[in-house]
Amino acid sequence: MRTALKVEKDRHLDRRSFLRVSAAASGGLLVSLYLDLPASAEVGNQAPPPRVYPPDAFVHIRPDGKIVIQVNRLEFGQGVQTALPMILADEMDADWSQVIPELAPAADVYKDPVFGIQMVGGSGSIAHSFQQYRELGAKTRAMLVAAAVDRWHVSPEQCRTEASVVYGPGGKSARYGELAKDAARKPVPEKVSLKNPSEFRLIGKRIRRLDSAAKCDGSQKFGLDLDLPLMKIAVVAHPPVFGGRVKSVDDKDARSIPGVREVFEIPLVKGTGVAVVADKFWAAKQARDRLKIDWDLAGVELPDSSQLWTKYKELARTTGNVAMARGDEKAMDRVPPAKRIVAEYEFPYLAHTPMEPLNTTIRFDGDRAEAWVPSQFQTLDQMAIAQELGLKPEQVTFHTEFAGGGFGRRAVIDSHVQREAALIAKRLRGTPVKLIWTREDDVRGGYYRPMHAHRVEIGIGSDGMPAAWRHVIVGQSLVAGTPFAAMMIKNGVDNTVVEGAADTSYNIANFHVSAHHPTVNVPVLWWRSVGATHTAFVMETLVDELATRAKVDPIVYRRKLLKADAKKLRNALDLMDEKSAAWRTKLPRGHAVGIASHECFGTGVACAVQVSIENKRPRIHRATVALDCGIAVNPLTIESQFQAGLGFGLTQLVAKGAITLKDGRVEQRNFDGYAPPYMIDVPVNVDVHIVPSTEPPTGCGEPPVPVISPAVVNALAKLTGKRYRTLPLASI
Amino acid sequence: MLESQRLLGRVVLFALVVSVTLVAMLARGAAKFGEAKTSAIDTKVAEGLAAWQQVYSVLTSPRCINCHTATNYPQQGDDRHRHFANIIRGPEGQGVPALNCVSCHQESNSDSTGVPGGLNWHLAPLSMRWQDLNDQPLSSAAVCRAVTDRSRNENMDGRALLKHHEEAALVLWAWSPGRRPDGTMRSLPPLTHAGFVEATRRWVEAGTPCPKAR
Amino acid sequence: MATYKLNVNGKSREVSVDPSTPLLWVLREELKMTGTKYGCGISACGACTVHLAGIATRSCVVPVSMIGDRPIVTIEGVGQDPVGQVVQNAWIEKDVVQCGYCQSGQIMSAVALLKATSKPTETNIEESMGGNLCRCATYVRIREAIKSASQQLT
Repeated sequence: MRTALKVEKDRHLDRRSFLRVSAAASGGLLVSLYLDLPASAEVGNQAPPPRVYPPDAFVHIRPDGKIVIQVNRLEFGQGVQTALPMILADEMDADWSQVIPELAPAADVYKDPVFGIQMVGGSGSIAHSFQQYRELGAKTRAMLVAAAVDRWHVSPEQCRTEASVVYGPGGKSARYGELAKDAARKPVPEKVSLKNPSEFRLIGKRIRRLDSAAKCDGSQKFGLDLDLPLMKIAVVAHPPVFGGRVKSVDDKDARSIPGVREVFEIPLVKGTGVAVVADKFWAAKQARDRLKIDWDLAGVELPDSSQLWTKYKELARTTGNVAMARGDEKAMDRVPPAKRIVAEYEFPYLAHTPMEPLNTTIRFDGDRAEAWVPSQFQTLDQMAIAQELGLKPEQVTFHTEFAGGGFGRRAVIDSHVQREAALIAKRLRGTPVKLIWTREDDVRGGYYRPMHAHRVEIGIGSDGMPAAWRHVIVGQSLVAGTPFAAMMIKNGVDNTVVEGAADTSYNIANFHVSAHHPTVNVPVLWWRSVGATHTAFVMETLVDELATRAKVDPIVYRRKLLKADAKKLRNALDLMDEKSAAWRTKLPRGHAVGIASHECFGTGVACAVQVSIENKRPRIHRATVALDCGIAVNPLTIESQFQAGLGFGLTQLVAKGAITLKDGRVEQRNFDGYAPPYMIDVPVNVDVHIVPSTEPPTGCGEPPVPVISPAVVNALAKLTGKRYRTLPLASI
Repeated sequence: MLESQRLLGRVVLFALVVSVTLVAMLARGAAKFGEAKTSAIDTKVAEGLAAWQQVYSVLTSPRCINCHTATNYPQQGDDRHRHFANIIRGPEGQGVPALNCVSCHQESNSDSTGVPGGLNWHLAPLSMRWQDLNDQPLSSAAVCRAVTDRSRNENMDGRALLKHHEEAALVLWAWSPGRRPDGTMRSLPPLTHAGFVEATRRWVEAGTPCPKAR
Repeated sequence: MATYKLNVNGKSREVSVDPSTPLLWVLREELKMTGTKYGCGISACGACTVHLAGIATRSCVVPVSMIGDRPIVTIEGVGQDPVGQVVQNAWIEKDVVQCGYCQSGQIMSAVALLKATSKPTETNIEESMGGNLCRCATYVRIREAIKSASQQLT
């Protein structure tokens, strides 16, 4: 069986067609577009390899039979450290119990085959490396078989492989470990046959994560756990307003703390700060608390959330740069006012707050350096470190460390944490320094999901369906002023701001989406599921409202409104409908069901939630979620991603789910003021259903996030008759 | 005839005026007599009530009332917000397993980390709640009734209450509440501890009078 | 600087540190036991949870000077305990972890819960685990693992 790998050329190309980046002698980044899409790659036999990777960079078969597989990207919860080896081991017919995964260091060979830099993002880990890891496995297997063929003087067709053993005619057999040395001398085959999906032994099986045990007994080392001989700890006092500069610093008290080694001013990506280096964290932190810094805020914009809302709402009443214009712009005028909905939405800044605070360890030795970074952007972070140290990227040995979450926060274009660490390491030449961002640094440190205002005007047709839709989105661009802007901003519209709305899967004939991108002195960043965090909320709450007004079941209404080619979303809706029908039809008193569906990163997702109101907050009793992600490489990990990803999606609904600014200062400090969902805030039960598929795999990291918040408020609307358009959700 | 009638009228009027005045004078005399007898008690009660108002101002200050909630959670801060991280009262007012009050609150303040502490840190029992379910302080009368009701206050009489205010570790903590996580000092109740004890003493000596409920 | 004798996972350890140093940093930096995690430093996330004389304790806010002779059990030692071992195995069996950073604290809290209440209700689980933050939000599987462990603790 052969299944063509489709390459979506429209909606995701912008973020996938990343870059080749290199350090410029004059400072700054040199970026060139790097489009290397495996356009005609195929699943099945005779797949032409789009690129040639040396298998020895990915697979090491030890004489004892252990198979070490390099994972070309960060493991930070999404499960690639298990799933990518599964893919390779399947084609290789390796004994799964002998597989040992390792996170690969920064190197060209480990760059994402689509993005062209080494990174995790765009939910591309499996989608982009599926074909690559299959071929690597098949090539390795072919070389092992070739070694056996030589040894036994038989033909390859007479051999078969299973669980790290080659079997030949006449009962001959040889373990991979025995053959590895001879196999390494064989040429790497250019073409290999890949398995028919029905032959998969690992792909598609519910296989437990390989990192579980170490994460349950405390032995897993994360970046923050790194300990090196003579290592020092650094913290940085950051300005109270983004871009503030140190006017003067009194560090007498700070230096009096035993164990404090250095206190010095450093330039930051925005403004300047004061670095404190000590033997241990507690001394560094105490010393930082005792710094008396006079900050120069002259000429620095002081952003203020309430003022920004006023400005954003005004902007939302005017048409912005056009992201999508379909049909007749005058269609709205023909709809009588009584048949129009005007809806204004507010979304606050959101911090990612991965559980492991941001950190980077660097030792600078003059002509080379070594770095240990829990990084989503190895290529860019390595370059930034090299640039600050006056080195070439290849002079910086870059170790990828396990990360305690990230959600986009470790994929920062300007590598600001790594730059701080590099500047400190430069001063402490020869001594390894671990820079720790405390939780306070993280919560107040910017790089948030931006604030957004949406204003939507809908004209309802006589059939109850939307006859005209005018949508204005106001929000900072994620990439304006960065090297990414040239590719990702078109006609003045940053695609990451309008994705999920402008490219909606709904078939709305007269459809107009425009965007304003105000410039605000708050650094912003992609946040798991990016534009869909807000666009899906707006689309799915409004479609729900339309269904309610039309007195049509919300699932039926969505099916009717979907474009004919929204196959995955339709599959997901159908499966969710089927699997939740039993409980949706017999709800206890005071409970209601809410529906939402959304497709992003190539994966269609639909969910139904059962909600009541407890203590003035939504109580989510259960959720049924269905998805179509093509081939499900590890259904167990996918189930887990979706169960938990729904919880992550509730960040914007919980009471303390907002970062706000007053007089330029961030008002929250830590998890007391900005509190992501705890157990009580998420569904008690989540059942996950995967649409069976032989299509190429698509993303599973981000697609769980967008659907839950709109589903919950759609349920609340049934209970209270109100629509909820301001986040975070106030007391009900 | 006219004259005599007029005279009679005057006499009657006179008698009326005299009698009314007499009655009024008698009445005033009686009242004065009663006042003399009760004034000592009333003064004491009034002073006791005034002292209670001072005690009440302390009890309803954040350092005290934050752990005298009616809900299933304690409060924190001068704005008396709900304690962060879903801290729960638990069956004994000491939290629940794995999330006890003493999971963080040690026997003394930790100024380096900003966590207050005292011996057996816990929530007051619900019988001693001084707030309503909307986190609003109860009236002076209601708090006074709660504090003086021996079926609710662990059977403390006035002397025991005074001793409690003088010596109980968690009461004393209110006057040395330590530093906040940002290093600043926590605010204190509106009276000094000595002033609080003195007010309690006057209130107890007055027989722990409570204001009338409105 | 002061010297403290600590009983950690049944072993006597001696450290010389500033008395104000939280136990968390003594474990991580002095004793090189990094299984106990720094997540917030204000006891709002539970990643630093250890058992102090049997009580689940947020080690990030307790200065070493306040420990005294109370025995400390950390994630590295909790597997020595029968309940601890059952909980760790349930976590693996149910494939709970994602990024895994909070899970040391989650497991320490779950063990404390199950030691006090071997048959916890859903409400017991929500209340006792209520202060442990998991940013990946693996809560559904945490619940499952606690219930699975509970069944094995008959």
